[in-house]
Amino acid sequence: VATFSVLVEVKLRPGIADPQGSTIERSLPHLGFDGIAGVKVGKAIRFTCEAADEAACRAEVDDMAHRFLTNPVIEDYDLTVHEVGA
Amino acid sequence: VTRIGVVLFPGSNCEQDAVEAVTGLGGDADLLWHGEESLGDADAVIVPGGFAHGDYLRPGAIARFSPIMGAVARFAADGGPVVGICNGFQVLTEAGLLPGALQKNAGLKFLCTTVGLRVETTTTVLTSEARAGQILQIPINHFEGSYTCSPETLRQLHEEDRVVLRYVDNPNGSIDDIAGVCNEGRNVVGLMPHPERACHPLLGSTDGQPLLRSLLAATSPRTLSR
Repeated sequence: VATFSVLVEVKLRPGIADPQGSTIERSLPHLGFDGIAGVKVGKAIRFTCEAADEAACRAEVDDMAHRFLTNPVIEDYDLTVHEVGA
Repeated sequence: VTRIGVVLFPGSNCEQDAVEAVTGLGGDADLLWHGEESLGDADAVIVPGGFAHGDYLRPGAIARFSPIMGAVARFAADGGPVVGICNGFQVLTEAGLLPGALQKNAGLKFLCTTVGLRVETTTTVLTSEARAGQILQIPINHFEGSYTCSPETLRQLHEEDRVVLRYVDNPNGSIDDIAGVCNEGRNVVGLMPHPERACHPLLGSTDGQPLLRSLLAATSPRTLSR
């Protein structure tokens, strides 16, 4: 059994309005930040997970993400996994 | 007398309004703590508004796992009337008892105002005593109330006449002006507006009465078989 460090980045699915992102994007030019586009706001969820190997860890977290960490109707996610101490 | 079970989560804040409104209309109401695993002798269930479990992760995401929700799901599957109001609507979508999801309001503003709602169908447990096309003045009070769903779900809602209420003047960007929907069995209804806050002249509107009267009149199969 190994320990894995997990980062789940939750993001809104394409086509789902991101009013936080668009509000931030509209505000940036007022501070002099020009040329910024595509601002998206999501969530980052971090934890460690004990599993036999990386594939088992990813399978566990995928299940968790589908059933709990995200709402698949409006949200998607990216997964980053690496073994702690490896 | 119809007994309405009003679910109480840590963070619910509209449960007493629901109890007041129901008893004012001649029903009985009991609070059902979220840690219970049974609905007792409730004939119908209201999942009220508020911020169940602090809305942590997403509104309704944690509430869905409260022990009482297993009983609510079984009751709904047996045809029992269940209505989710505001946060309760969010809980029912997260629990998979209603389709779609509620996202942040377009415009990113918390909305606290009274809106016009059009009754689109009267064959649900929440609208049987209303008239199709009737316009009701009912308060809204939400930040994440913009209804959304996949195009396939929207088509299904249209084909099966499951859009229960629409906003006359869409306040939050909800797809197709949807304010409330029902399940296939038409015994589970979710809506963002608060009919329980529009049941007394002192509150500025009594237009919530036909909706809650409908719920009181909806007799669950469970009651019939008892």
